[in-house]
Amino acid sequence: MERSSKVFYALLALLALALIGGGLGAAGGEGLAFGLFAFLTVGGGLMCVFERSVVRSAFSLLATFSGTAGLFLLLGADFLAMAQILIYVGGILALILFGVMLTPPDLTERRLPRVVTGLVLVGGAVAWIGFQVRASVVWATAETLPPLESNARRIGVGFLAAGQYVVPFELAAVVLTVALVAAVYIARRKKSDLEPDAVEGDPAPRTGEP
Amino acid sequence: MGVGAYLAVSAALFALGIVAIVVRRNVLYVLMGIEMILNAANINFVAFSRHNGGRLDGQMFAIFVIILAAAEAAVALAIVLNVVQLFDSVNPGGVDQLRD
Amino acid sequence: MPRFDPATDWKLLLAVPAIPLAGFVVNLFLERSLPRKGDWLLTGGMFVVMAIALWMAAKAIAAGFAGEEFFHQSRQDGFAWSWLYQTGKSPDSPLNLTAGILYDNLGAAMLAVVGVVSFFVHLFSIGYMKGDRRYHIFFANISLFTFAMLGLVLSDNLLIFFVFWELMGLMSYLLIGHFAHDPGHPRNLFATSACKKAFLTTRVGDTCLLVGMMIFYWKFQTLQFTELWRLAQEEVARHGGYYPTWMTVAGLFIFGGTVGKSAQFPLHIWLPDAMEGPTPVSAMIHAATMVAAGVFLLGRTFPLMSPEVLAVVTVVGSFTALFAATIGTTVNDIKGVLAYSTISQLGFMVAACGLGGVVFGMFHMVTHAFFKACLFLCAGSVIHGCHHEQDMRRMGGLRKFMPVTFACMLASTLAIAGIPLFSGFYSKDEIIKTAFERSLTHFEGASFFAALALPAAALLTAFYMFRLMFMTFFGAYRGAEAHGHGHEDHGHAHVPHESPWPITVALCGLALLGILGGHFWLAAPGDPLASHTPPWFLRMVSLERLYGGLVAEPHVSEHVEHQAHGLALSISLGVALAGLLIAFLLYQARKIDPARIVRALGGVYHTVANKYWIDEIVNATVVRPTIGLALAQKWFDENVVDGIVNGLGILNRTLGFVSAWFDLKGVDGAVNGVGATTQAFGSVARLFQTGRIQQYVTFAVAGGLLLAAWLILS
Repeated sequence: MERSSKVFYALLALLALALIGGGLGAAGGEGLAFGLFAFLTVGGGLMCVFERSVVRSAFSLLATFSGTAGLFLLLGADFLAMAQILIYVGGILALILFGVMLTPPDLTERRLPRVVTGLVLVGGAVAWIGFQVRASVVWATAETLPPLESNARRIGVGFLAAGQYVVPFELAAVVLTVALVAAVYIARRKKSDLEPDAVEGDPAPRTGEP
Repeated sequence: MGVGAYLAVSAALFALGIVAIVVRRNVLYVLMGIEMILNAANINFVAFSRHNGGRLDGQMFAIFVIILAAAEAAVALAIVLNVVQLFDSVNPGGVDQLRD
Repeated sequence: MPRFDPATDWKLLLAVPAIPLAGFVVNLFLERSLPRKGDWLLTGGMFVVMAIALWMAAKAIAAGFAGEEFFHQSRQDGFAWSWLYQTGKSPDSPLNLTAGILYDNLGAAMLAVVGVVSFFVHLFSIGYMKGDRRYHIFFANISLFTFAMLGLVLSDNLLIFFVFWELMGLMSYLLIGHFAHDPGHPRNLFATSACKKAFLTTRVGDTCLLVGMMIFYWKFQTLQFTELWRLAQEEVARHGGYYPTWMTVAGLFIFGGTVGKSAQFPLHIWLPDAMEGPTPVSAMIHAATMVAAGVFLLGRTFPLMSPEVLAVVTVVGSFTALFAATIGTTVNDIKGVLAYSTISQLGFMVAACGLGGVVFGMFHMVTHAFFKACLFLCAGSVIHGCHHEQDMRRMGGLRKFMPVTFACMLASTLAIAGIPLFSGFYSKDEIIKTAFERSLTHFEGASFFAALALPAAALLTAFYMFRLMFMTFFGAYRGAEAHGHGHEDHGHAHVPHESPWPITVALCGLALLGILGGHFWLAAPGDPLASHTPPWFLRMVSLERLYGGLVAEPHVSEHVEHQAHGLALSISLGVALAGLLIAFLLYQARKIDPARIVRALGGVYHTVANKYWIDEIVNATVVRPTIGLALAQKWFDENVVDGIVNGLGILNRTLGFVSAWFDLKGVDGAVNGVGATTQAFGSVARLFQTGRIQQYVTFAVAGGLLLAAWLILS
């Protein structure tokens, strides 16, 4: 393991301790869960940005997506949490892994200074804006939070009852179908279709061609 | 936990998404970054949905975001495969035909 | 006895048009994955439709024999579909158009007829259209055609009626032109012009119908049949029992629709040409769907018609009956004879409506549907058996080769000729009786004309139908020498053969209905063969029941009725037998040479054989002037309009030269200056325009952050 990785993972562990400890200190059991899920989410993202190998990055997204699902659970969105795990972990992550498998690997593309600079600049900017917002904005939130209860039924009714979300629901179905067909169509195109001027029958084999 | 904590996590995830898109020289990171940004947005939606009287609208919006993200991922993967075929490289820096 | 049950029967009735529609969609899109191109699916679907229609008709007949009212409207049971419904308006606003089902005795009978005939035509097509290049499209189209007719029969207002009416016009265009899309087919060119002719000619009638509908809607604010009938009666009562003039005008326009669709005199020209379609289509058009729709329209709108309109209807109908029958005696194409006989029989029905005998007209439509469908399918079988030969002069003696076809055709011919015990006799006899009755009670020209023309037409009908029989099925086969050689690929080239089973089954079924369709004992359990029992149809449908009690039976004294009945019975029997005898003498016994009669008639025969030159007259008076007008407009366009445009162009060019000089000297300097400045800025901006996505994202993020910073700090 190279030195930069060691430093990175040490920092990651510190972040975990800080988040979980902070959460536990702030709000007890719920805070502990929040800290854990927040660490999964942010830590997965950090690892994704940092890791040299695309495969590891992709798998680190597993943590991000699961952490987000956990946050949804904490927020009482049980249906959404399930959908998040099913679609993101089961679908989108698998797609990205397919992408990884179908593209040529390039282990030299990560430039550590670039990553660190990017993290520092963007992170600093976002953190600055965040603190400014926190100092100046008061969110009009509910006095007492509604009890946590399953709302899968309410969502189902919302999808199907007239006057609520039927039209967006149907539109989403259409969009999915169109996207699927379009994806198949685009993915099946050969290089010769894309470059009309190219010489037909280029003998050089393409790496990573499906 | 208050809404602020969730917003902080969401902001961090958003920033990481931006960083993933910008600093890495691989189109797949663009994909991953977009997914992270969408997740960050979803956390915001759900957090506000809970802290604003338990209304369902935010969750509904998040569901549609997830649905569109799935569609987007499929199309994006197809585009990535085409880009790789066309330019023999996963480096988005090499894809500069938009200039012309 | 089955009774009408609103809970289930409206759904059953809704399924009747829905099944062919679903079949159409399925066959259009899935034919490749269906075995046998899906013909069994559509035919099976039609069988279900026929079963439902017959089951529902059984209820109507049962109610008719029990003497009960049978008049159902789906909207009274809360079963109607809002269509073009405006939520802001009140539910009964005239702007809200709703579609519902009207199921009365007439509709029940018509639905049963359409279902039965369509099923047999589907069955027939399996055998007849075998090997056609567009087999599945033919089935899909014919299913949609059936759907249109079923929907039309069930619709409870004139607007929905009109929608299906137009759909039927479109389908007739597609089906008559079936071979027009088959470049290799010998009838390709004929089919192309025939379908155009049918579409354009019926369009004239459709426009008339639309105008009539608009007038009624403008005056009555509704197009629902029951409302129209009621309002019409009120309007007449308000005018002291007389029809106002506008109703006469509107009624004439509505009748125009019938004239177009049912091929009455001035617009009959499309029907003979429609023979260019495949034979099953001809059977559909002539028996169950297209032309029947026109007569059905008359039946539905009868209470709206003023006496003046009815006189016109009578004259047009009787004239058409006689006129088409004369042409029918000279035609040699086997389907041509049947086409003119259809026009003639439609004339009978229209005349019956005009004479006030709507019930008899509708009865004739029902019986005619059975035997005419059978006749057409027999003709198709003959054509199929003779290897697509249609000229009767090259047939003959087919009785021995095609016994089943012969038996069915004979039965139907006896029916159409009006031989007693066959269905056609009952209905035709009633129509002639109505004509006599009305002549005896109302001394008016139209009825007298009908009383003379209809028996004459009946005589000619018997004559030309038996002429067809004798020329086709008797004597010696004359096709062998005509075909000669060049058919080696067919082992039995010039020997006609019997058709496959789907064809013969369909023929037998329809022939049976053609024989029994008019009988009084049909569906009359416990009713013996009492001589004074009217036929089933007349027990079921009567003028009073037909329009919800709004129209009363015309009062005819018993004496007059008796007299007219006796007269009509003897005359219709006499003319039928006379026609048979003449045909026998001319074409079978050869006692008289037809050629001698032709010579004796001279110019008259020539006129008739050329269909009274109606096509030529239409060509000269309508088609040529239209083309001439188009040419004149083209000339005007090319010489006058173009001259003006060109003159303007020259003027512009001259002005252009002047302004170009000014441009070059004065404006260009300024413009070039601006361009150069823009270019300078552009070359700076180009530095950011790298085409790299990641750089763009960076710029975007940086821009967003700067915006946020500015918002926070300001």
